[in-house]
Amino acid sequence: MAGFRINEQEPRREDTGGRDEGENRSCPQTYQGRGESRLMPSSQISRSLVNLIRTLLRQPQSAVGTALALFFFLLALFGTQLAPYPNPNDQSHDVRQSPTLDFAKLQLGEHPFGTDRLGRDVYSRVILGASSIFRIAGLGTLVSVILGSALGLFMGYQGGWVDEILGRVIDATLAIPALLLALVLVGIIRNLDFEAGSWQAGLADNVVLLVIAVLYIPIVARVARSSTLDIRTREFVAAAEIRGESQAYIIFREILPSVIPSLVVEASLRFSYAIFLVASLGFLGFGARPPSPDWGLMVNENRGGFYQLTPWALEFPALAIAVLVIAVNLMSDGIRRAVQKGV
Amino acid sequence: MLHFLRRRFLFFFFTYLISSLTIFFLLRVLPGDPARVIAGGREATEEQVAEIREKLGLNAALPEQYLTWLGDFIGGDWGETIAFRGADNRDLILERTRNSARLAAVALLLSLPVSLALGIIAGLSENKLPDVIISLLTLSVVSLPEFVTGLFLINIVALRWGWFRASSAVPATASFGEMLPALWLPAFAATLTMLAYISRLTRAGVIEELKRDYVRTAALKGIAWRTVVWRHVLRNALLPTITVIAISISWLVSGMVVIEFVFGFPGLGSLLIAAIERRDLLLVQAIVMVTVTIILFSNLFADLAYALLNPRVELS
Amino acid sequence: MTASDRPLLDVEGLTISYRVGKTWLPAVRDFRLQLGAGEIIGLVGESGCGKSTVALALMHYLAGNGRVESGGKLHFAGEDLLAKSNADMRRLWAKRIKFVPQNASAALNPSIRIGKQVMEVLKASDGIEGAAAYESMIDMFHHVNLVDPERVAERYPHELSGGMQQRVTIAMALISNPELLIMDEPTTGLDVTTEAVILELVRDLIAQRDTGVIYITHNLGVVAQLCQRVLVLYAGEIMEEADVQALFEEPHHPYTLGLIGSVPKPGESKHTVRLQSISGNPPSLRRLPGGCVFAERCPLVVDLCRSDKPPLESLPGDRLVRCHRWEDVDAVVQPPSKSLPIAMEGDLPTPLSEVAPLSNGLGRASPITLMRVTDLQKQFPVAPTAREALRRIKPTPIRAVDGVDLQLRAGQTLGLVGESGSGKTTLARVIIGLQERSGGKLELLGMDVRNSVRERSEDVLSKLQMIFQNPQNSLNPYLSVRQAIVRPLIKLRGMAPAAADAEALTLLERVNLRAEYADRYPDELSGGEKQRVAIARAFASEPDLIICDEPVSALDVSVQAAVLNLLAQLQEEHDSAYLFISHNLSVVGYLADAIAVMYLGQLVEVGEARELFQPPYHPYTEALVSALPVADPTHKTERILLSDNLPSAQNLPSGCRFHTRCPRKIGAVCETDAPPWREGEAGHRIRCHIPLDELEALQSDLVLAGGSD
Repeated sequence: MAGFRINEQEPRREDTGGRDEGENRSCPQTYQGRGESRLMPSSQISRSLVNLIRTLLRQPQSAVGTALALFFFLLALFGTQLAPYPNPNDQSHDVRQSPTLDFAKLQLGEHPFGTDRLGRDVYSRVILGASSIFRIAGLGTLVSVILGSALGLFMGYQGGWVDEILGRVIDATLAIPALLLALVLVGIIRNLDFEAGSWQAGLADNVVLLVIAVLYIPIVARVARSSTLDIRTREFVAAAEIRGESQAYIIFREILPSVIPSLVVEASLRFSYAIFLVASLGFLGFGARPPSPDWGLMVNENRGGFYQLTPWALEFPALAIAVLVIAVNLMSDGIRRAVQKGV
Repeated sequence: MLHFLRRRFLFFFFTYLISSLTIFFLLRVLPGDPARVIAGGREATEEQVAEIREKLGLNAALPEQYLTWLGDFIGGDWGETIAFRGADNRDLILERTRNSARLAAVALLLSLPVSLALGIIAGLSENKLPDVIISLLTLSVVSLPEFVTGLFLINIVALRWGWFRASSAVPATASFGEMLPALWLPAFAATLTMLAYISRLTRAGVIEELKRDYVRTAALKGIAWRTVVWRHVLRNALLPTITVIAISISWLVSGMVVIEFVFGFPGLGSLLIAAIERRDLLLVQAIVMVTVTIILFSNLFADLAYALLNPRVELS
Repeated sequence: MTASDRPLLDVEGLTISYRVGKTWLPAVRDFRLQLGAGEIIGLVGESGCGKSTVALALMHYLAGNGRVESGGKLHFAGEDLLAKSNADMRRLWAKRIKFVPQNASAALNPSIRIGKQVMEVLKASDGIEGAAAYESMIDMFHHVNLVDPERVAERYPHELSGGMQQRVTIAMALISNPELLIMDEPTTGLDVTTEAVILELVRDLIAQRDTGVIYITHNLGVVAQLCQRVLVLYAGEIMEEADVQALFEEPHHPYTLGLIGSVPKPGESKHTVRLQSISGNPPSLRRLPGGCVFAERCPLVVDLCRSDKPPLESLPGDRLVRCHRWEDVDAVVQPPSKSLPIAMEGDLPTPLSEVAPLSNGLGRASPITLMRVTDLQKQFPVAPTAREALRRIKPTPIRAVDGVDLQLRAGQTLGLVGESGSGKTTLARVIIGLQERSGGKLELLGMDVRNSVRERSEDVLSKLQMIFQNPQNSLNPYLSVRQAIVRPLIKLRGMAPAAADAEALTLLERVNLRAEYADRYPDELSGGEKQRVAIARAFASEPDLIICDEPVSALDVSVQAAVLNLLAQLQEEHDSAYLFISHNLSVVGYLADAIAVMYLGQLVEVGEARELFQPPYHPYTEALVSALPVADPTHKTERILLSDNLPSAQNLPSGCRFHTRCPRKIGAVCETDAPPWREGEAGHRIRCHIPLDELEALQSDLVLAGGSD
């Protein structure tokens, strides 16, 4: 029986009566008692999504993280409108001006984050830099999650030797650290000189994005595969097989919805690693080329001797990276907790 | 036991094969001509390119090239560097590997006890104050990119406060004693990275084990809670941490590339970056192969250790 | 109660709460209990009623989110446990109060050797260590019938079978000679044969000591066989307390009555009795009713029950009951039928007429053979070990199903019984096509049926359906009830979406669910409701044969009865055949027309259902039948105890597969020769070296029910 239908966490030491086990536990998607979410019998998935966001915003840590990540996302979208000097390479200002930002008076001043040694406005460059990191990390993650999930779902459902071989290959490729592979790939491709406008040049320009996508496909596939394997043994899948449903129907209609929660967790985790990776590659000089307003690159360009002259030109982009990484970490941790708790 | 060992070793060799194939073909299949890359891009003359191609045996069929290359690598012939005039790749890499290993050893010695302790404390006080503080810490400060923490350590801790040496650019041939003063800051940066990772895994392990029925059985034997935790919970919770150490070695390898670059430390990571920048493909391949070898061996040892210590793994 | 001046355990007005979010919810209210030394009290209730909470509270061991409310009394041997510090409690736990947990494999530390774990108890209780501890441990292991105790001590928990693990936990509890023993469902999850052995063991061990035992279970049969006194718990409150004889003979509470009536007794069949079931679901802890907690589900409910909470009344004969209308319960009960003439089933009020037993199905037994299974084989390959690989030896595969012949008649139920590991579920999955058979033939209405579902035509697919064991998993959590039922209608019956929608509502009504359930999702349904949706889905394609794989074993008894009744009723209406798989003999005996008994991949006995509970039996069937815990304390059988060492399916015994455990083994012939099928009356067949008449003579005293009427 559904027992007492205690909401949220079950008391730790309540009955779990052997055979009746599972009966007691509410389904992962349950939010019984919060009747309001049941008003719209639309789709169970959108219901869980609403619950996910609600849980995410209820915890202070993840709410702060999500809000900050959203803030950076807005910067990325509307950077050119928000930056005082929309051209990142506008060198018309005096060089090495100190930041005019005044926290006490809440004033930005003319150059809130100062200007660098070439006379560029650091504030504008930091704002404009948001879009590239979001574009590369976001799209890279998106591509890897889509392709990786498709691969993982297929492997997990198919099983047999196909799965065995692909699984081993994935395990093997995972033995090479992602950053190392990324460095090698990006380094080599960037060093190839292509005709401007050719497809190879286009590839080289987006090499970090593509490398992220390629590197994360096996990782996402592994996660998707293991949760597919878990769902596959559920009896509703057997029921669909007994009805003679096609493979595509079973994978996408029966299995996929139950795999989505773990994919959401994995996607948010991948995104946070991708941001980390993009920043690190930029810093190592393997990301955007100068003079782009890439945060990692800006940090690299202003370290060493230049740091003594214009510390702010290093500190503000570094701060931006730090805050964004922390924000995305907090958000993805919140998503993980929310999903584990059973949204 | 035999069966288990056989499976492990088979997987080891398979992984080795796959990763070597990956490394080899990634650099061959990519658009562009490796010989031209090495020769210096578009400015190189056809003769220069042809000469390099001949020298590297790039005219042979791909499978043959692969087998020759793998055979040479296993046989210890890793070629000559182009970037570091005249030096033998193997000597160069082994020397840098030794330096990186020193750095990694210091980092592991610093991070393992601390992160295990933090993880255990957090796990035992799930959702209480110590746990909240530790998890906030590991999610924020500690999980920043290595170059951010590295620059903070250099510019603030070393230069402004005057603690430790700011630069780790020591001669690559220095002895461990000579190197040690330069190791502290980079090791500390590496420690932070691993701290987050290991402590979170440890915490999860402790929490999971605390929920198990056998904990209640032990407590109801009437023994002190401290004994229950030490004798029963930690034994099971820390077992997976053995594999964590192996994973953290691969984690360290990536982190170390950035850290060595930031601190100017003459290790394998900074060598890799230099090799890539100078387009020395043979050196790049050899470095990646060495790294993968290290990672695979540490994984293998961790698996074996785990199997030996964990009675639940069927050895027969 | 056994005579004793002061009870060993004296509990009064105990209320136990759990913190959920920011509020404390009283999970158990006003609990009381008096236990004397040497007495065994059974605590019965369905899942979620608070049994385990009580168990831990009695040990004064509650999780951080649980607490005992003030005002209660919990005295053990005259000492107030609630006033004790943790250190004092530890001293009591070490020696005088012991707990036997439900799931032994989880309750033992997986990475510590058994011996060390057991000796740890001795160190805590009596400070005994070393050789002395080892000796008394080995001694204790002998007492709990652990074979080869020295080797067991060297083992890790996962290397022991479930029955052996449970013996170890019992040994751990008894080794300190405790005064009070609390056992929390110690046999749940074990096979019936193992359960019988453990129960026998507990009974013997307790008889030798003066230990007071509280035995918690959901199984009325176990209570009837083991306990002297019974407490019935519902939704956190005691409904009734009485001596075991009195409780079963004359239950005073409608809930007790419903529980007893919902378990089929040996010899009862769908043709003779409808099972009692209890409608509805237990109340939510957040919204406890003001009156009687059982009112919503009670067939005798009156306005008073909803407004006033009934007190726990003392009745003559040393019994207690919490019901406003207990006298009426007595009045309605007409022994020997012990059934209420009131509809208790489902959410729809069932007309009285439908509660009557079904017409005698034997009369319309159709001679048409629906399905014929011939020499069915299913083997699972085993990965070779290193040595085998080197010598190029192919390892023996696991023979999960090894040459099974079966016939199913249209509209009839074939029950398939056997312990776990007997291969019955594999057989089902091979027939339905989820797994490919390794050999043998499968014919449906004379046509060959292909190997796997992917190769079968829609016509065959629609004729074969399945109902699964775990309702939790058998419905997709992301599809509504309507979507789940409509799909097979469209897919297998080719209906248009609108027609399918309408038909889905009809099907819901068939399984006694209101139309509004169509838009619910599985997480809004109780276990029984989910299983009814699964049944509706299986019936959607109008199948000829439905394979039911333990369809009620995950359900509470009260719900189980409703589902069994429903299955019987739908079969009557649709004329479908069932292959009904269960480990529960009484359930199979109730629902089946014919029965097949399976052991290690082979059938050992086939016959009409009414033959099941009377000799001659196959010795294995005999053991299963004798092990059955019958929910009737007057019922006493000589139990045939089997060793709980089921041989591995990879290394099958030679000759008769049962010879390693057979209590009636006659000699070497059993070890060398495969036994012949011996034909009895009316298609009854037994595979044994002993002739049927000899078997019958040997087994004459084991008659659970007169089948031939």
